[in-house]
Amino acid sequence: MAALEIREAPAAAPARLSEGAGGPSGPAGGSDGGGDGDGDGGKGQHLPRRTYFTALWLALAGSFMIFAALASSYIVRRGLGGDWQALHLPPILWFNTLALLGSSALVEWARRGLAAGRLDAFRMRWLSGTTLGLMFLGGQGVAWWELHRAGMTLSANISASFFYVLTVAHALHVLVGVGALLYVAALALKGRAEAKGGLAADLSALYWHVLDGVWLCVLGLMLVWR
Amino acid sequence: MSAESAAEHVHVHEPPSSFIRRWIFSTDHKVVGIQYWILALVAAFVGMWLSVVFRLHLANEGTIAQLNNQLSALAPDSAQAQALTEQIKALQAKWFVLTPEKYLSYLTMHGTILVFMVLTTAPMGGFGNYFLPIQIGALDMAFPRLNMLSIWLTILSFITLMAAFFVPGGPPNSGWTGYPPLSAIPAAQGKGYEGPGGYGQDLWVLSIAIFCFASLVGAINFIVTTLDLRTKGMTMLRMPLTCWAWFVTAILSLLSFAVLLVAGLLLLLDRNAGTSFFIPGDLFFNKPLVDHRGGSPILFQHLFWFFGHPEVYIAIVPGMGLVSHLLSTFARKPVFGYAAMVFAIFGIGIVGFFVWGHHMFQSGMSPYVAVAFSVMTMVVGVPSAIKTFNWLGTLWGGNIRFTSPMLYALGFVSLFVTGGIGGIFLGQNAVDIYFHDTYFVVGHFHLIMGVAAIFAMFAGTAFWFPKMFGRMMNEPLGKIHFWITFAGVNVIFITMHLMGLEGHPRRYSGFNYDFLSSNYMVTCHKIVTHTAILTATTQLLLLVNIVYSLFAGPKATDNPWEATSLEWAIPSPPPFENFKGGHVPEVHHGPYEFSVPGAAKDYIMQQEPPEARPATAPSAH
Amino acid sequence: MTPLLFVGMIGALVALTLYFFATKAPILPPLISEHGQLIDDQIYLTLIITGAIFAIAQLGLAFLVYKYRHREGAKATYLLGSHKLEYTWSAATLVLFVGLNLMGQKVWAEMHLNEHPKPAIEVEVTGLQFKWYIRYPGKDGVFGRRDVNMINDAEGNFLGLDKTDPKGADDIVMGSLTVPVGVPVVMKIGSRDVIHNFGVRELRVKQDAVPGLAVYIPFKATQTGSYEVACMELCGYGHYQMRSQLNVVTMAEYTKFLADNAP
Ligand code: HEM
Ligand SMILES: [Cu+2]
Ligand SMILES: [Cu+2]
Repeated sequence: MAALEIREAPAAAPARLSEGAGGPSGPAGGSDGGGDGDGDGGKGQHLPRRTYFTALWLALAGSFMIFAALASSYIVRRGLGGDWQALHLPPILWFNTLALLGSSALVEWARRGLAAGRLDAFRMRWLSGTTLGLMFLGGQGVAWWELHRAGMTLSANISASFFYVLTVAHALHVLVGVGALLYVAALALKGRAEAKGGLAADLSALYWHVLDGVWLCVLGLMLVWR
Repeated sequence: MSAESAAEHVHVHEPPSSFIRRWIFSTDHKVVGIQYWILALVAAFVGMWLSVVFRLHLANEGTIAQLNNQLSALAPDSAQAQALTEQIKALQAKWFVLTPEKYLSYLTMHGTILVFMVLTTAPMGGFGNYFLPIQIGALDMAFPRLNMLSIWLTILSFITLMAAFFVPGGPPNSGWTGYPPLSAIPAAQGKGYEGPGGYGQDLWVLSIAIFCFASLVGAINFIVTTLDLRTKGMTMLRMPLTCWAWFVTAILSLLSFAVLLVAGLLLLLDRNAGTSFFIPGDLFFNKPLVDHRGGSPILFQHLFWFFGHPEVYIAIVPGMGLVSHLLSTFARKPVFGYAAMVFAIFGIGIVGFFVWGHHMFQSGMSPYVAVAFSVMTMVVGVPSAIKTFNWLGTLWGGNIRFTSPMLYALGFVSLFVTGGIGGIFLGQNAVDIYFHDTYFVVGHFHLIMGVAAIFAMFAGTAFWFPKMFGRMMNEPLGKIHFWITFAGVNVIFITMHLMGLEGHPRRYSGFNYDFLSSNYMVTCHKIVTHTAILTATTQLLLLVNIVYSLFAGPKATDNPWEATSLEWAIPSPPPFENFKGGHVPEVHHGPYEFSVPGAAKDYIMQQEPPEARPATAPSAH
Repeated sequence: MTPLLFVGMIGALVALTLYFFATKAPILPPLISEHGQLIDDQIYLTLIITGAIFAIAQLGLAFLVYKYRHREGAKATYLLGSHKLEYTWSAATLVLFVGLNLMGQKVWAEMHLNEHPKPAIEVEVTGLQFKWYIRYPGKDGVFGRRDVNMINDAEGNFLGLDKTDPKGADDIVMGSLTVPVGVPVVMKIGSRDVIHNFGVRELRVKQDAVPGLAVYIPFKATQTGSYEVACMELCGYGHYQMRSQLNVVTMAEYTKFLADNAP
């Protein structure tokens, strides 16, 4: 297998691979743990495609525990202290939600395009999806700013504290996701998006969709237990 | 070996030529493993040194309290009284006399360093990193660069923790459990802890947060590697029990460290951003505390112990795996009930997530919930008992070779039993009313989590040293080290159980009670301190043994212990890519094929051809 | 040599441990509460059961190590395990451990789950760095209001009693706990700063004092005398000296105590 020859590709001289497994370390991108996709380490160890998905799901399980711990703290803390003030969620959150969901849809559409071999469509859709993701982050920034201006600072009330902690935790995940999307976009511009059967795109897309789910849960939590 | 014959497939992968990439920022799992192992060794000596200092302090305070008792019985200006006063003054001037703040901060650092930087690093990050890939037949961990990230984040975390010694006010004094409000409000920790003095606690939280992140990354790597990188023929049920143990430990880490991360971050916000996650209202520290209200200190305890109980298993489960492995290897017998052992590890892992409340029986949490936690705690005792029975079953009918790794493993079994017995007391909510937060608890967890896990590390070091460094360790030195340490820790921690039986509270730096300054208690304290110093000094033997053997130990053969798992099928020390030319042999046998009837030798290695095992022998799995 | 030494070491461990527990355990600090008897019974029962487990397991280990030590020409038996044995000992430990635990639930229920006895003397126990203050409701049997803003350590108002609240006019605040013998008492335990723990060895009582939370603990003292109260939860540098006293007195002395200290 030629794949066994591959070492870590220095950034300066990206080796271009024709097809098939074993591209020069297409980073998994979306993985929560920092997104090393390089199963090589200089020893030519070949990782099956499945492995990257296992790793991503595991990273998501870790993130799930983070949000689960925050959510249960939220519910417990709300029930305990008599000091909970219902938070008026900034309306821009609805717009942000749409942006995030739209982004996800575009990314998924792009991924299908890639699978069908339509590279141009892939680039267009992927970049629009990424843009929507960035808009989500910007929109979250606006939401924080509005709340802050309304006097609901981090320490103003525990409901606001939880709002910031939950949304920032989610936004950090989104930031990693945007990084992954941009990385794949860069790959696409260099014409390497199909490396390893579009692995990088598939992984980032999966991660990106899960973040939608996380966001809906976070939002739901804050709506149900105002 | 068959690798040679397939010459046209051999691509020799050279290690990176730069020293830094090869040995410092290396992605090679063997280097990462050794780095974890060294980190643990350094941290262990730091933590142990701290304990020697505060043990000296305690013995000294005990003597002072006794002398004060005598003094109060004498006429104030008698000659005798004056002599006593002089004596007391001399004792109070000793270098190891600590202020109460210092005592507690050393105690806090001792606990934190040992629990996180030793018990959580060496068994998993150290030996696991080095031997998991080799034992399952992989060239490296699945994500070598993530692996490098884990070790360096862990080192960063250790440095952050150590930095607490050098900030104004010094390290925090809220214990390794860091309960708020004590840990959340600088004014609560005393004068000198406000403003810059509070950085110690912030660094502590930060260090733990970094550690959590590193552990999460590491855990993902371990699980993926175990699931996806096993070589041909290495089915899950052919993995050595060490691999099962690392696998389950990684799952525990993945699910528990994330929760500690949350607890730490919320605590950091409470400390620095004025939030009230854990800080209730109406508190008073010199003046009413106006900017906090409504928080729940008990919420922190739930988050902490949701992590904390699995954490104790994170420390011990790799040891259980290793000990099962060693008992089998040196008794020249298959593990008794391999499947039951796997089942028990999983049982411990799963049930272990539902018992955290047993640390909180007296915390003011709902007493109904306490009953449920108590019953679950008893249930988790069952897989622990299964392990013990099966270890004894493994010895039964064996042909035991008393090497030093085997001695450490036997020591582990004994310590695990002794420590576990304490758990039967503490796990009962009613009995815990009497024993909670006494030295009984200290004795219990030191025996079972501290010392037992450390004996497993000794065992791992003695067992794998030849593979890691290509030289044998010195046996007589190892045995002397074993005997003194084993006797020492039993004296220390069983004495602590006895003190707990008298109700001695833990985390006390002085003797301001009649029942504490009694001769009995003070004698106990002195026995503990003296034995602790002896035992701590004995650890230098281990250090000497390591350094001496590294340079002058006899050269190790590939398989000095006549063991079966894959690491013994490759040279000592292993080449860069573990298996020459990256050719991993196929596995044909279970991991514990010792003394198979009719076989040529008393062990069959996993990669030996199927014919090595007589067809007539009873089937293993 | 090594196996013999191992046997000797384990033998010494078992003998000494059992000896010390057998001689020290019977002298747990004297018991002075009614519910404490149940706790002690449970402790002794556990001691006996675990003592037996301890001895059997350790001596079993030593025996096996000696019996199956390596000897010239010896060969290990190829033994893979026995499901029957494994099921047996798992079931046995499950029944033993859980059964033992359930036996201890009676006293837990008495202290925490059942309704507390009435009438009972109610006292309020408050921990603060690094002292305990005990408040009695006085003649009216009702505690007055407390307000953190009224705390003034210099003036001795450690609990922040609201002087304007008539209900609090007859409240008594003391640095130690005095209770009559043989009468049910309910403590309302709390804290004004960090977490403390109100522990009296002889009473077999130990309860965290959590700021922002009131926990009620009942007890009935059975013997007069003075006992040390210790803080059992790390509360800061002065934790080790957060000492108070429990005085169990006769009813007559108790009445006099209240009268003497009434404001
Ligand atoms: C038979 C199984 C076990 C039972 C029933 C048990 C029970 C308990 C209980 C109830 C406590 C809390 C005592 C208190 O604070 O009042 C405790 C403390 C502790 N246990 Fe165990 N335990 C068992 C095994 C283990 C194991 C295997 C480990 C570690 C490897 C361990 C490590 C600890 C630690 C570290 C603490 C003290 C934490 C602290 O307060 O700082 N235990 N144990
Ligand atoms: Cu626990
Ligand atoms: Cu205290």
